[in-house]
Amino acid sequence: MTTILVIAEPSAEGVKAPTLTTLGAAAKLGGAVHVLVLGQGVAGVADATAKIAGVAKVLVADAAELAHGLAENVAPLVVGLVKSGGYSHVLAPSTTFGKNVAPRVAALLDVAQISDITGVESPDTFTRPIYAGNAIATVQSLDPVKVATVRGTAFEAVQATGGSAAVEAVSGAADAGLSTFVGNEVSKSERPELTSARVIVSGGRGMQSGDNFHLLEALADKLGAAVGASRAAVDAGFVPNDYQVGQTGKIVAPELYIAVGISGAIQHLAGMKDSKVIVAINKDEEAPIFQIADYGLVADLFKAVPELTGQV
Amino acid sequence: MLITEEQAMIRDMARAFARERLAPGAAERDRTSRFPAEELREMGGLGLLGMLVPEEWGGAGTDVISYVLAIEEIAAGDGAISTIMSVHNSVGCAPILKFGAEAQKERYLRAMATGQMLGAFCLTEPQAGSDASALKTRAVRDGDHYVISGAKQFITNGRHAGVALVFAVTDPVAGKKGISAFLVPTDTPGYTVARLEHKLGQRCSDTAQIVLDNVRVPADAVLGEPGQGYRIALANLEGGRIGIAAQSVGMAQAAFEAARDYARQRTSMGVAIIEHQAVAFRLADMATRIEAARQLVLHAAALRQAGLPCLKEASMAKLFASEMAERVCSDAIQTFGGYGYVDDFPVERIYRDVRVCQIYEGTSDIQKLVISRNL
Amino acid sequence: MKILVAVKRVVDYNVKVRVKADGTGVETANVKMSMNPFDEIAVEEAVRLKEAGKATEIVVVSVGPTQAQETLRTALAMGADRAILVQHDGETQSLGVAKALKALAEKEQPGLVILGKQAIDDDANQTGQMLAALLGWAQGTFASKVVPAEGTVAVTREIDGGLETVELKLPAVVTTDLRLNEPRYASLPNIMKAKKKPLEVVDAVGLGVDLTPRLKTLKVVEPAKRAGGIKVGSVEELVAKLKTEARVI
Repeated sequence: MTTILVIAEPSAEGVKAPTLTTLGAAAKLGGAVHVLVLGQGVAGVADATAKIAGVAKVLVADAAELAHGLAENVAPLVVGLVKSGGYSHVLAPSTTFGKNVAPRVAALLDVAQISDITGVESPDTFTRPIYAGNAIATVQSLDPVKVATVRGTAFEAVQATGGSAAVEAVSGAADAGLSTFVGNEVSKSERPELTSARVIVSGGRGMQSGDNFHLLEALADKLGAAVGASRAAVDAGFVPNDYQVGQTGKIVAPELYIAVGISGAIQHLAGMKDSKVIVAINKDEEAPIFQIADYGLVADLFKAVPELTGQV
Repeated sequence: MLITEEQAMIRDMARAFARERLAPGAAERDRTSRFPAEELREMGGLGLLGMLVPEEWGGAGTDVISYVLAIEEIAAGDGAISTIMSVHNSVGCAPILKFGAEAQKERYLRAMATGQMLGAFCLTEPQAGSDASALKTRAVRDGDHYVISGAKQFITNGRHAGVALVFAVTDPVAGKKGISAFLVPTDTPGYTVARLEHKLGQRCSDTAQIVLDNVRVPADAVLGEPGQGYRIALANLEGGRIGIAAQSVGMAQAAFEAARDYARQRTSMGVAIIEHQAVAFRLADMATRIEAARQLVLHAAALRQAGLPCLKEASMAKLFASEMAERVCSDAIQTFGGYGYVDDFPVERIYRDVRVCQIYEGTSDIQKLVISRNL
Repeated sequence: MKILVAVKRVVDYNVKVRVKADGTGVETANVKMSMNPFDEIAVEEAVRLKEAGKATEIVVVSVGPTQAQETLRTALAMGADRAILVQHDGETQSLGVAKALKALAEKEQPGLVILGKQAIDDDANQTGQMLAALLGWAQGTFASKVVPAEGTVAVTREIDGGLETVELKLPAVVTTDLRLNEPRYASLPNIMKAKKKPLEVVDAVGLGVDLTPRLKTLKVVEPAKRAGGIKVGSVEELVAKLKTEARVI
């Protein structure tokens, strides 16, 4: 029987978008879906999670040891739940949290982990991108428990309301004594996060310098957009790594993606090709980005971007 | 020819370095003629500027095959920088290693092997090119010094070298045996860069006319023995020619790869142009010619490594590779169509950069002369 | 402190891979292979720690075919001291590799294990986490800064939306992200020295490890192509299209 444990993206603030898309993948599997909400002071989040459509039960682990989602403390808790609850599947979002925790859970269960699934063929068979998205593999798990991370952009989010699941507290969280949280440095930005933004304006090597990104920021502010970058722009030191959209950066699928001065290397395309509408602005009319753009403008970005900012 | 694992590692390192550190700035250096000081400093740190110098003198101590593999890769990244590298290794370091006294090696070779000092080779004169015995520059003994006067033409690294190997006539009646070689620090009074040439290509490598105006050097600045200059000048001809041949192969390979990638990406009549047989066959011919030239280069390098005579094979490699390279670069431009003729793509620059390979270190005609005399 | 670094031989990142016509995988015959770029960063970090006097010995290991010895030699040329190859010709998957690395870690007793966060072939991003789990050690994944201290290591991690710093008890496992460092090129003198450094070859049976794949690849296909759109002639036209046709602004 298929029973699925979904590990929610931790947050004390509310239900996060990756949780909803991971539940979208769980819905494709069929079977009972339980959600583990973990953290410190997450009773409210657990209640909100209980209202998500299709969730049968919410397990809430509220403990100081779980406050920062440290894998060393989270994994044993999940493993305990899987063993006692007889789950056939464990799904986590393909966020840095999910990617950190899920393999640790799988190894403790002595099962393989399936990374970044983009499709569900059957309860034991999944599709996932390999080689930076240059190929799509269909893989079958031969293990009794399937542990997978879910690429959010590949699944529809489930409705955040309409459900009324039971909320059950789970105990057993402990400090493994291996790691401690020291601090974090959240990128300070008034703009939306890349992975949840409705519109993204991204720059590539064609921007020529980090200073020139203010052109994109001005446009992004007009559109309420997030600012991203290609790996080339990150490698050139124009912007920090957390701007990076691509196979080794963030995978995004906004309603509108504006690629400026980005040639369109496959590694970048792998990170944004599921966007609903893609606009490319590049002076090189042969740039591969034009092959996937819905609207291409062959122009000098230093003229076109300010013009665009003025007109939207 | 099969290469060893170690030779492959050297090639791969040079390839990665050339692709990541040299190729991205090559067009800009071509436009501005900026001398690649920083790039050369990095190359020195990697051992690329003292490849054939043994470890005891601070070099990398590689074999000749590794050397030509590395030159080829550096040339694929930036042809002009490969010339600086080639000159420095083959006519900068090599003569000092072979003929230098311990003190000369200590003073110059150690710094040159790590790239801290560049070398220049001052043989050619305004009226004496391939005919080295027609030198006009004179060195006159004055006590325990020599005083050198004359002019030298087309001197690679002439402006940035720390030391110049200057060939001058010390005994006008002794003919070829009256030529001596001098190690002249370029900060010696009277060593003057008279002009920098404006060239068709290879613009970031400076090519200077050097005027020697009563340059006074001590007698121990003579490399080898007085009168040994002509022998020193000719001693590494093969090495130099094999190096130029390897540069030609590298530049041709870079032009070919640019054309191949473009042909895969550019579409016409609904398909990538590489699907058109005319384009595909031209690329096949280019790749075949490059490979033929590469094998000639490797063969000559293997002979040289083994200490076997290779004058003819070195000339054949240089003749064939340099002429092949011009043709391949021209075909690469053709593949790009109009885009090949403008500087948005690298092929027009490579075409200009590679042209001189048929001229320096002995023109194609000289190579044919050498080959024909050894038939 | 001894550092164990794990490296993988993968299709060179400059190669555009092609899916095999029979759908069994991607074409790897006659394709240039290199060290996984994230693993180069791992080797570089270990070498820097040794140069800074924080590490005493660097042991580089790989699980793969005979040819992976070339990858290990590259790591030796970058500055690792000795190498171990767990020779295995079949497919390798993260769990099996993690078990092999666990066996080596138990034998070598390193203070730190550094790996790339993911290999650019299977893009799994699992081996480091699994190794930490099997050893019962702490894990610092996606590291952009690694600062060892007495008995601990501070690791700054690239997380969604910013950076996070954790302090891990040693021994620990660290996986590298792009910004951790810029790997050096192996210098020619070091390439020449690398061939004299020891390289030991062992096999999985000798380590008592089962490398049998747990995931079966049923097929591999090319990704669906996105249909190209149109070119617009001006910013005005672009804005008009986005407003009236695409209706996204």
